Amino acid sequence: MRKIDPNKNYEATKKAIGYIDRKKAQQKDYNRIGFMSGLEVHQQLLTKEKLFCHCPAGKYNHHDDYDAELIRHMRPTLSELGEYDGTALMEFKTRKEIIYRIKNETTCTYEIDDTPPFPINREALEIGLEISLLSRFNIVGEVHIIRKQYLDGSIPAGFQRTAILGVNGEIPLKNKKVGLIQLSIEEDSCREISDIGHTRVYKTDRLGMPLIETVTEPELLNPDEVQEACDYIRFMNRSTGKVATGMGAGRQDVNVSCKGGSRVEIKGVAHTKWIPELTHNEAYRQWSLLRLRDELKSRIDKKNWKMKSEMLNYHDFNFPSIDIKNAKENDFVIMAVNLPYFKKLLSHFTQPGKIFANEIAERLKVIACLELPNMTHSESLNPQIAEDDFENIRKPIGSGKDDAQIVFWGPQDDMKTALETIEERCLMAFDGVPEETRKSFVDGTTIFERVLPGADRMYPDTDSAPIPLANEYIEDLRTRLPSDVIDRYHQLKDWKVPEDTHTYIFKKNLFPLIDRIQKELKIPAQFVGCFLGHKLKFVEGHYQSADYFNNAIIFALFKYLKENKIEIEMAEVMLSTIYSHPKMQFDSVLNTIHYKKISEKDIFDQIPFLKEKFEQIAHHNTSNNMENWVMGQLRKMAMGNLSLEKLRKQISKG
Amino acid sequence: MSDDIFQGYKGLALKMLKKYHVRVWGQAVVETTRGPFEGTVLPRAENDDDFHIVMKIITGYNVGVDVNTITSMKETGYKKANYQIPEKEFPITEGLPQVKLFGTGGTIASRLDYRTGAVIPAFSPGELYGAVPELADICNLETEKVFAVFSENMGPKQYVSLAKAIGREIERGVDGIVIGHGTDTLHHTGAALTFMVQNSPIPIVLVGSQRSSDRPSSDAALNLMHAMYTAGHSDIAEVMVCMFGPTSDDYGLLHKGTRVRKMHSSYRSTFRTIGDTPLAMVNRESVTMIKKEYKHRRKDKEVKILPYFNDKVTMLYYYPGMQPDVLDAMVDAGYKGIIIVGTGLGHVNKELYPAIERAHKKGVHMYMTLQTLWGYVHMFVYDTGRDMMAKGIIPAGNMLPETAFIKLGWVLGQTDDAEEVKKLMLTPINDEITPREPYNGYLVYQGGIPEVEDFVKKVRK
Repeated sequence: MRKIDPNKNYEATKKAIGYIDRKKAQQKDYNRIGFMSGLEVHQQLLTKEKLFCHCPAGKYNHHDDYDAELIRHMRPTLSELGEYDGTALMEFKTRKEIIYRIKNETTCTYEIDDTPPFPINREALEIGLEISLLSRFNIVGEVHIIRKQYLDGSIPAGFQRTAILGVNGEIPLKNKKVGLIQLSIEEDSCREISDIGHTRVYKTDRLGMPLIETVTEPELLNPDEVQEACDYIRFMNRSTGKVATGMGAGRQDVNVSCKGGSRVEIKGVAHTKWIPELTHNEAYRQWSLLRLRDELKSRIDKKNWKMKSEMLNYHDFNFPSIDIKNAKENDFVIMAVNLPYFKKLLSHFTQPGKIFANEIAERLKVIACLELPNMTHSESLNPQIAEDDFENIRKPIGSGKDDAQIVFWGPQDDMKTALETIEERCLMAFDGVPEETRKSFVDGTTIFERVLPGADRMYPDTDSAPIPLANEYIEDLRTRLPSDVIDRYHQLKDWKVPEDTHTYIFKKNLFPLIDRIQKELKIPAQFVGCFLGHKLKFVEGHYQSADYFNNAIIFALFKYLKENKIEIEMAEVMLSTIYSHPKMQFDSVLNTIHYKKISEKDIFDQIPFLKEKFEQIAHHNTSNNMENWVMGQLRKMAMGNLSLEKLRKQISKG
Repeated sequence: MSDDIFQGYKGLALKMLKKYHVRVWGQAVVETTRGPFEGTVLPRAENDDDFHIVMKIITGYNVGVDVNTITSMKETGYKKANYQIPEKEFPITEGLPQVKLFGTGGTIASRLDYRTGAVIPAFSPGELYGAVPELADICNLETEKVFAVFSENMGPKQYVSLAKAIGREIERGVDGIVIGHGTDTLHHTGAALTFMVQNSPIPIVLVGSQRSSDRPSSDAALNLMHAMYTAGHSDIAEVMVCMFGPTSDDYGLLHKGTRVRKMHSSYRSTFRTIGDTPLAMVNRESVTMIKKEYKHRRKDKEVKILPYFNDKVTMLYYYPGMQPDVLDAMVDAGYKGIIIVGTGLGHVNKELYPAIERAHKKGVHMYMTLQTLWGYVHMFVYDTGRDMMAKGIIPAGNMLPETAFIKLGWVLGQTDDAEEVKKLMLTPINDEITPREPYNGYLVYQGGIPEVEDFVKKVRK
């Protein structure tokens, strides 16, 4: 058997598919591989109660803080149209015991599926409809609540109650319009605490929170466009001021495919800034799998492909690897599998730092419940089995020179599923890219999470009646909508509010505040925009605040300055103190920072003296240096008493 | 045939479908003042309004379109859904017990009914095997649909035909019987079969589910496995109800048909033995007895089928201020037996006395049971109790009201001699009256109390 260098093969295949760094990638690169992406943007709504029961919304507890636990197992059922769903069957194979940790305060018998739903939360429904109207959706005549199956246990009922509010919407991006497929209102799922072996643990605090999901058409043609669309939708949701913010309140699933690839869903991306790297890598991962497919098909016909496996004995080999030693200590079974014609494919590039063998290992973890590390193989980038040993392993499984081998380990009971899983993934390699959902990592790579569910997991909710939406009600809602984000964006540009503040302004929904301050207090929007987008952002990142700091305080601050005829720049000096102590009176804040009211004349009178002083001490006596130095000496005194611009003019006048 | 084409639609919605020649299961494009909608037209539930058309859109969701907003519709295709639980032949395994499953309706296996929007039962060994393949490891299964009714429609007629069917199966030599049943009146049927099927040599297990089997978290599959295991392998030759012990997917409890009651409208662990402990715990591999004494499985076939029932029996749930005319009306309507559900130890107010006397004179059999459910009727403690007994009301010990109702109907189906009735009523057939209440027969925990919270946290109830 001829040895191969897996690292070299990884680099060679990476080059062969034409992978390039995202920073260097251009539209033509994405066109070459047929990059295509769409989004499912989730946004929690800001309501007092959950969607289908009267538990408080938005109260969270630590995972060790719970009052009771209960156990469920999920079993696939038929869809309305009489089909089983693919994911359903996969989840059933995994035989998971699901444990829910319940806190009495946030969970009632509804969440654990021991009480039928209460009528839908009208407050949430109305916010959902407002956002649907903002997104130019066709609003349905009657809301039908549907059960969407989730067999991973993330919802104790085994399904999520969800309903469509609108179809066929649209958002404007800077250069194009993007179609929206639908907007649904739904209950949020449990938060996972752990998933080890056959036990998965969830907590139920977030379960049942009202959420909307906006789904775009797959019309986004490069990674940056995906982020732009996602930001737009999130900013639009926030422009209502009626959505939850903070960790996990907004999450998105990103669908990606390449030409000839399949729809793959990257789940639960918490920050939009991670989207470009993730989508870039996913498109290239698919492109790699297509090359791998072509290579494999040129070697053998799918229907003739058959793998062979054999149980190994720890004593027959010299396994120096820690992983295998641990497996032995855990009394795991260890097996070898021969994969005919997979030579140089196990180490085929898939993502930066990842090879095809990872795809198998990840499925072994998820489907067969074999904890990682669960395998090694003949083309491992970090070999765990000596080549001599591999030679001995190959004999009983009849390896040929074009084959590759996997050695894996796990509990006896899981071996059958594990073997099926390996075989299934290898057979899928003949078809290209399996449809699946993937979990994302900060480094921009992803791992297998679940088989992608289809439309077959929908079932009408026989516990709920349809909710009619009268025309008058919808038209009345339409009159109460905030202005469009795109219009706000153009308005900010007109006001000359610098571009680098926009994201912060939209993220925090500060546009209405800027608008109000400039209208009611006649303070230039550009100043307010910079104040918020630069100063407030800085203060937020560097100071601790009691949580009752809010926009109304900022308005009050400007109003106070205006009424007391203090220059508005003073707001910048006061901000950190106000932010830290939002209840402090503005007078006291001024005292704290030693502000004194001084007349313009008194300040100007100091200029000649300071200029003389500068001439005595200056090393580089230029007029520019002098101005700066005098400014520096007087800045604090001037703050709030006269504009800095005016002061500078006075200094340079001489 | 128009009913089939426009399933469930009426009024304006029906008119609109007809006008544009769009059928149920037709794929259609609908133009409305709120924009276009595209999808498959679904049947509509009968009780929903007639201003909306339901469509399944491409993403699998359903939406309703307001007919008042429709400007045009066009059918572009047609695809009728074929809802079927996949059927696989139930394998027969040498050495496993033979269990007969009777179907009566209920949600053990079910599918969607568009007419009512609710779920309707589906049932055959093949369908059950398709949905719960684990059953084949427990027993060899035969099924028979005795009738298909919802639990609340079960009644004396059904009890009688079930009892006869059970008798036939015992004669045929099956090892155990399971009866799939809606949960609402499971305990009524449990009592009825206890009285009608006496001296059974094999287990007779009633089972249902609190969450229909169209939901992934349904308790149906596990309940069915527990029931099958009990019927096929347990040594308990009694009529039992087998349902979840805790709400977790953990173990089931076996309750005597005469002492069990549904205690929560929706919880999985809704069935509780009242005034005693359950018979046993059951999981997929074993039955663990809680009660030491029970009726053992036998090899003979000497079952007694007593399929009698007189349906002129009723119940009177007493409330403060009740007027005698209520009781009078029952008597005048021809009821021969009345189970009174009294307060406290078994009381009603004095105003009813004349009506009670009148009923007694007319030969109506009256028995006292308790709203408290737990405890014994005790009519000697207060004068009112003694008064009532003098007027003809007989205390029914710690018999549950529903059990007493069923028993009185069964007794009156055999005799109307007052002494005979009394003797039959007060001689327990299977613990419907127990001679003693064990200390742990009454346990209703109060949440919030530290030791209870501690217990709940630790034991996954």
